[in-house]
Amino acid sequence: MPTRGNVEVARGEEKCADTPAIVIKASERSAVNKQPKFDDVPGTYVFTKEYARKGYHLNMFCMSFNVEANRDEFRSDEAAYLRKYPMTDEQRQAVLDRNWLEMLRLGGNIYYTFKIVMHDRRSMQYVGAAMSGVTEDAFKQIMLTGGKDQEGNPRRGPNVLGSRDD
Amino acid sequence: MIEIVGGVATSHVPSIGAAIDHGKTGEAYWEPLFRGYERARQWMAEAKPDVVLIVYNDHACAFSIDLVPTFLLGVADQFQPADEGYGARQVPVVPGHPELAWHLYESLVLDEFDMTLCHSMTVDHGLTVPLSIMCGEPDAWPCKVIPLCVNVIQYPPPTGLRCYELGKAIRRALESYDSNLRVAIFGTGGMSHQLQGERAGLINKEFDKAFLDKMSADPQSLTAISHHDYILQAGSEGIELVMWLIMRGALDAEVKEIYRHYHVPASNTAAGLIILEND
Repeated sequence: MPTRGNVEVARGEEKCADTPAIVIKASERSAVNKQPKFDDVPGTYVFTKEYARKGYHLNMFCMSFNVEANRDEFRSDEAAYLRKYPMTDEQRQAVLDRNWLEMLRLGGNIYYTFKIVMHDRRSMQYVGAAMSGVTEDAFKQIMLTGGKDQEGNPRRGPNVLGSRDD
Repeated sequence: MIEIVGGVATSHVPSIGAAIDHGKTGEAYWEPLFRGYERARQWMAEAKPDVVLIVYNDHACAFSIDLVPTFLLGVADQFQPADEGYGARQVPVVPGHPELAWHLYESLVLDEFDMTLCHSMTVDHGLTVPLSIMCGEPDAWPCKVIPLCVNVIQYPPPTGLRCYELGKAIRRALESYDSNLRVAIFGTGGMSHQLQGERAGLINKEFDKAFLDKMSADPQSLTAISHHDYILQAGSEGIELVMWLIMRGALDAEVKEIYRHYHVPASNTAAGLIILEND
């Protein structure tokens, strides 16, 4: 088996040693300079260079919310404040519409756009529900029963918790 | 010589901080999570580290997309809690340890880890929530803190293997520092969670349980998990788990597991905590 450093590199798909719960696929390292592909990850916007470049001004607009005076200015006239940033009209409209998925598609990153969520006095669960297309109560219930699986479908398990003192 | 009193890995969910700040830890939703933190706080009070190196990520507060350091050390005398877009957390100012931080910077760069150096920075929930989890609500934090900030937002974050190797270099740097300081290392973030997209709300308790087991018994195997594997199985923000491997690399290959705690959900996140000590 080939190695990188002193770590064995799995070829194809293998289980993580004796732990079937973590599946290790072929090393990304061998794919340096290749376009990362996340096509098999549903409902996910990995913040690659394409999104970072497209979303720069949108994200910097969100970043400005770290200053209270800017939040106040946005609150008093959202459209006027948005015009101060050289964003696309589409990006401005997505903010005005609070279209959270559209903001991601247009290059927004969740840690940045979350500042708008908090400005609106909403929560991560609120925006998680909005992006999932369910009510906030339904989303909270999904989280209480173990969240969503890899395909994005709600699990229907019991709440999971536990502590262990060895 | 410095004594490494232990390593702690813990999630740093902002709503855990908010639950503490707004007196909600006794509510039915939060009580099981915080009950599990009691043992961790007891460990912290007994271990009494003089300095804690906290590995965390900034969330568009001290740094933006304008400047994305992969690994950064804070060498300031103190660090103010950041206004993250909704006012700063009302927690004590975080005292730094510039002398040890500078030593780490010099040692790590000469050991081939090209750290970014920062004299002036705020710290957000990624750093202050773990302090709150481990120390409660003191008037002043009981230890000095060295922030080690890692990029996990802009793809690609450092690999798990690189993080693990950085941990080993941190260990070498600490051991070359002439002092009797007691030092703990926190790796923060994770566990499985996804905050964004239609798949927001992903949790993978089987992955998390296996990860906790391997953190304790076989950390080297975790270094083979690729970014793609993390994102697919542990969620787009679950990739923060690479930061746990920095802490783990700084400990012995074989460690004693002191305590673990795992709870779902804390907002949209699987909250995990593990405490390890060198044997």
